[in-house]
Amino acid sequence: MRPTVRFLSDELLATILGEARTLLSKLGVEIHNEAVLTLLADHGAKIDVENRRVHLKGSLIDQALASVPSSFALYNVLGEQTHDFSGSNIHFTPGSAAINVLDDETSTIRTPDTRDYIRYAQVVSRCEHIASQSTALIPADVHERISDSYRLYLSLLFCEKPVVTGAFTIEAFPIMRDLQLAVRGSRESLAEKPLTIFSCCPSAPLKWSDVTSQNVVDCATMSIPVEFVSMPLAGFVAPVTLVGSLIQHTAETLSGIVISQLTRPGTPILYGGSPAIFDVRYETTPMGAVETMMIDCAYNEIGKHLGIPTQAYISLSDSKQLDAQAGLETSMGATLAALSGINNISGPGMLDFESCQSLEKLVLDHEICGMMLRMVDGIEPRDDVPALPRFEELIADHHLLISEHTRRHLRTEHLFPGPVIDRANRARWQEEGGTSLRQRAHREVERLLGEFEPSRLGVDVKADLTERMTVEARRYGMDSLPRCDA
Amino acid sequence: MDTLSDLADGVVNGDESKVSALTAQAIDTEGSAKRILDDGLIRGMTIVGERFKAHEIFLPDVLMAAKAMYVGLGLLRPLLIEENVDSLAKVVVGSVQGDLHDIGKNLVGIMLKGAGFEVIDLGNDVSPSRFVEAAKEHDASVIGLSALLTTTMPVMKSVVDEVRSQGLGDRVKTIVGGAPVSEDFARKIGADAYGFDAANAVDKVKTLVGKN
Ligand code: B1M
Repeated sequence: MRPTVRFLSDELLATILGEARTLLSKLGVEIHNEAVLTLLADHGAKIDVENRRVHLKGSLIDQALASVPSSFALYNVLGEQTHDFSGSNIHFTPGSAAINVLDDETSTIRTPDTRDYIRYAQVVSRCEHIASQSTALIPADVHERISDSYRLYLSLLFCEKPVVTGAFTIEAFPIMRDLQLAVRGSRESLAEKPLTIFSCCPSAPLKWSDVTSQNVVDCATMSIPVEFVSMPLAGFVAPVTLVGSLIQHTAETLSGIVISQLTRPGTPILYGGSPAIFDVRYETTPMGAVETMMIDCAYNEIGKHLGIPTQAYISLSDSKQLDAQAGLETSMGATLAALSGINNISGPGMLDFESCQSLEKLVLDHEICGMMLRMVDGIEPRDDVPALPRFEELIADHHLLISEHTRRHLRTEHLFPGPVIDRANRARWQEEGGTSLRQRAHREVERLLGEFEPSRLGVDVKADLTERMTVEARRYGMDSLPRCDA
Repeated sequence: MDTLSDLADGVVNGDESKVSALTAQAIDTEGSAKRILDDGLIRGMTIVGERFKAHEIFLPDVLMAAKAMYVGLGLLRPLLIEENVDSLAKVVVGSVQGDLHDIGKNLVGIMLKGAGFEVIDLGNDVSPSRFVEAAKEHDASVIGLSALLTTTMPVMKSVVDEVRSQGLGDRVKTIVGGAPVSEDFARKIGADAYGFDAANAVDKVKTLVGKN
């Protein structure tokens, strides 16, 4: 049996969905993009032109929901499948788009550069429990207009895993598309084997900006999967109650689904989000708050009810350093997400309200992810019955350390986290240096970097990526890209 | 407690009907509208600001107090004009071009209003020239810029440069803020101030206009 957790009764879930649909038809959603307004009008949506509000009827929502794929897969740069977004399968991905990196040597934050990004991509490539990379940092040593596409470029060059990413502007999309085409070779094979997921955010409450709604359309046109990242902030730009925020999240996400599915029916999507409660004491959006996690798990139930794979920003922390708060908030979120069966769990490595990545935290979180993946495998009988022979063996031999049953199941039944998580007894721990978690994490980062093996993506493809990125950089006045040897 | 202390207390507790009644009473009994403003309404908001900073009260309490203060201010306004009291300093705020994040900026605007400033909110995705034009049009003393993306931070410098190049630097001060922005960045681009949160922004704006 897969262990699971539920927050919504069937009745409450139906109520939330019903209220969200009423909001969309009666109040409508504000859309600041002419092409999207036209698209929706062409499909019979009622438009209040002056206020740019689109009223979405139930039938239009149902039409869109009917074409959403109930599952899809992701593939790495070599075209090998890495993800199966279906049922309750879970996959972890690092928290995306941090403003800063936490520098372990100085314990201070700073803006990341190309070198930081490469180190990040190299570490992720060695983390077996983290299935995809995200474009987790924004390198500051390139022109800001290419900083979103440049991180995708570095990711494709240095790590084979598929990428969770997003564009900051409408203009950035073409190069981000072309980089993917360079890897896959054609539009058709990119559609057949998706390489990236783009995060597209509505603005609370019930609004789509020009940029983000255009991103939805552009992705759909290319069959690039999208995760909708609605962010109601409970108590500020959303009702203070969890149910109220869920109604808003549902309405915002459904409106995104309508835009994507009307653009191209069948576009793969993740029913995602990054809601939070708003902490009125500090004016912050705590991702480590238990209520934030409850909203995440609950909207996952709504997405699942609609038959759509899901995503959430849930295994991360608001702490400013790698401390007990960082560990507890991250593992609390990861546990709830895993039990809920959220298909794409975003967060590892992230601190400080989604604004700071730490490689040392990433390798700790990697071990948490491993434990979660083990947990959802559940408790299953493995040659356990009849029990009698095994207990006869135990009583006869006084232990089962070298029993055939132990050797067969040890490495699947037990996970061996470490070296960041410490399980030595005190004397051995002392003898091995009496290290702190932070020291072990730092050592692990260096070890993984030392083990890095270059991506097996073809040399010619890598050269093509560099050529395309360089041309893009020249458009913004950069003669060349920062040095990086793939 | 005298009427004005009582009025300040009404503001602190966000009690609109008390503020309304006491402002009306004070208009009859106190001679000067300016005194009612300073020793009643603004004093109340100053206490609120201090308690907020000390984490004794939370944001909704501040907003309730500001709302109550504006009820009193509405009654006082005609008298303030008669008394020729300087109108409140004006602050133009907005999120810079390319940036759609406006929650922090909105909060700064709300808190500035609560502290008695007149706020002209230009919304989000605001171009440098619109900031400068609005400051000129409204005769604002301060331009407040917010950016949440590392990619839009450079626009802040364009605004600061434009203020200078149009020779407005003495009259119009600039303050910047937002998650990726720092004191150091503010100094580098030549902004006059940096605010790390809304209450801090209010303090800095007060200093910029010489009210601290
Ligand atoms: C005038 O003087 C002053 C003085 C002080 C000032 C000031 C001005 N302005 C602010 N302050 C200060 O006082 C305020 C009160 O204390 C504070 O304001 P803040 O704004 O910091 O605090 C608010 C009260 C609460 N905080 C917030 O509202 C921001 C929270 C986070 C999670 C966030 C949100 C909510 C949103 N987002 Co976005 N978002 C993130 C944010 C992560 C973070 N930690 O900042 C950030 C900033 N976003 C990011 C991104 C990538 C994006 N977002 C996007 C969209 C959105 C939403 C629309 C969903 C939503 C904004 C809704 C809205 N109406 O504003 C997109 C942006 C599109 C665009 N062109 O702008 C998009 C590009 C995502 C996409 N692919 O579509 C990241 C930035 C990456 C970077 N390096 O630049 C990000 C760090 C999250 C992440 N890790 O992905 C202080 O900074």
